[in-house]
Amino acid sequence: MCLGIPMQIQTIDGDLAVCEIDGVQREASLMLLADPVAVGDFVLIHAGFAISKLDEEDAQATIDLFRQILAQGGGVE
Amino acid sequence: MKYLDAFRDGAVARRMVEQLHARVADYAGQMTFMEVCGTHTMAIYQHGIRSLLPPQIRLISGPGCPVCVTPVDYVDHAVALSRLPEVVIATFGDMVRVPGSSSNLQHEQARGAEVRIVYSPLDALALAQKHPEKKIVFLGVGFETTAPTIAGAILAAQRQGLKNFFVLGANKTIPIPMAALAADPELQVSGYLCPAHVSAIIGPGAYAPLAEQLGVPCVITGFEPLDMLQGIAMLADQVLEGRPRVETQYSRIVRPEGNPRARDILAQVFAPCDVPWRGIGVIPGSGLCIRDEFAAFDAARRIAVEVEAPREHPGCLCGEILKGKVRPGDCPLFRNACTPENPVGACMVSSEGTCAAEYKYGI
Ligand code: SF4
Ligand code: SF4
Repeated sequence: MCLGIPMQIQTIDGDLAVCEIDGVQREASLMLLADPVAVGDFVLIHAGFAISKLDEEDAQATIDLFRQILAQGGGVE
Repeated sequence: MKYLDAFRDGAVARRMVEQLHARVADYAGQMTFMEVCGTHTMAIYQHGIRSLLPPQIRLISGPGCPVCVTPVDYVDHAVALSRLPEVVIATFGDMVRVPGSSSNLQHEQARGAEVRIVYSPLDALALAQKHPEKKIVFLGVGFETTAPTIAGAILAAQRQGLKNFFVLGANKTIPIPMAALAADPELQVSGYLCPAHVSAIIGPGAYAPLAEQLGVPCVITGFEPLDMLQGIAMLADQVLEGRPRVETQYSRIVRPEGNPRARDILAQVFAPCDVPWRGIGVIPGSGLCIRDEFAAFDAARRIAVEVEAPREHPGCLCGEILKGKVRPGDCPLFRNACTPENPVGACMVSSEGTCAAEYKYGI
């Protein structure tokens, strides 16, 4: 029930956006969103509302950290 | 999503697990980390995270599923409302199978009650517009992730002048029960995996009292396997360093300030109140109740109905499960009388309930 799904904004009309993931489209309200968003942004959708914008830089930073972990010596392989 | 594979990389996972084992190798004590979010619970089972951890680290599940913690008398109230000819119940799917004292919404539907499963409170609002002759009652369960969406729907209903949209409220906040459980000496929680999407709204600051006053490390963690392993490692580091604080692993979604707009809308419509939690009892200040200004939308105040006296299944251990004190296997009904097809208790209903997750995936 509390699942949030990251979706990409396709169109914005006032407080309403059409969002898509894996070819599935859904309408979502932008009324709860604090961050300004634009078409192409990823937002977390929960119960028909966008509740957070996905920060691509932070996502990349986490992935970079994972790569570093992989690069650190010792262990298998 | 394009990023997803990066958060599920098996080679990184193996390296993280090795590093975690090495880091706690000399630690003589036991670390007990509690996850309080149903989606975390499901992810832990789904990815077999327990089996990867060193013996020094134990994971227990807490009261993170709004469906699971909804008390039986709430279900009875919804059942009673559903029997009124003019009422249509609109609800998230999980709720229709939660057992009440003598019935549930699915049974009522089979007997002719109008029960509609919706994906958003806005869908319930649309039903109200379409059926002015009916009273649409939305079942308002959920924590701080869901509560703002319900607040938003109530504001929209007010703006549209709808007279037939109601919410039967049981919304709750999560940091208060986390503090209650952290103070329970029987549990000895040594760290919290804080809920991801609740935190997107309330922000890391909401857990500061847990870390600062109760000395419990807190890490806000995402749901992918690497997110969870990293979150567990961050908690272990805090325990080893003896420096409890609030950290955010899930910074791609959770901002330092949370979501102030959602919090404003939440506070406009709801006020803190004392509410009961299934198996735990009343926790002061842990509920979100509809403010008097919006009483016109409050089903409990606007639609009179007689509700049966609550009666819980005597064998069900959901209360202890939700407090992290017992495991599903400790319940004599588990896999016997209680299965996902025929749940006796709420923890077996939703796929994120602890009993349902353990039933499906094993430990
Ligand atoms: S089980 Fe359902 S209700 Fe429970 S946390 Fe999860 S999603 Fe939410
Ligand atoms: S197995 Fe069923 S009856 Fe037992 S605690 Fe879990 S939900 Fe309750």
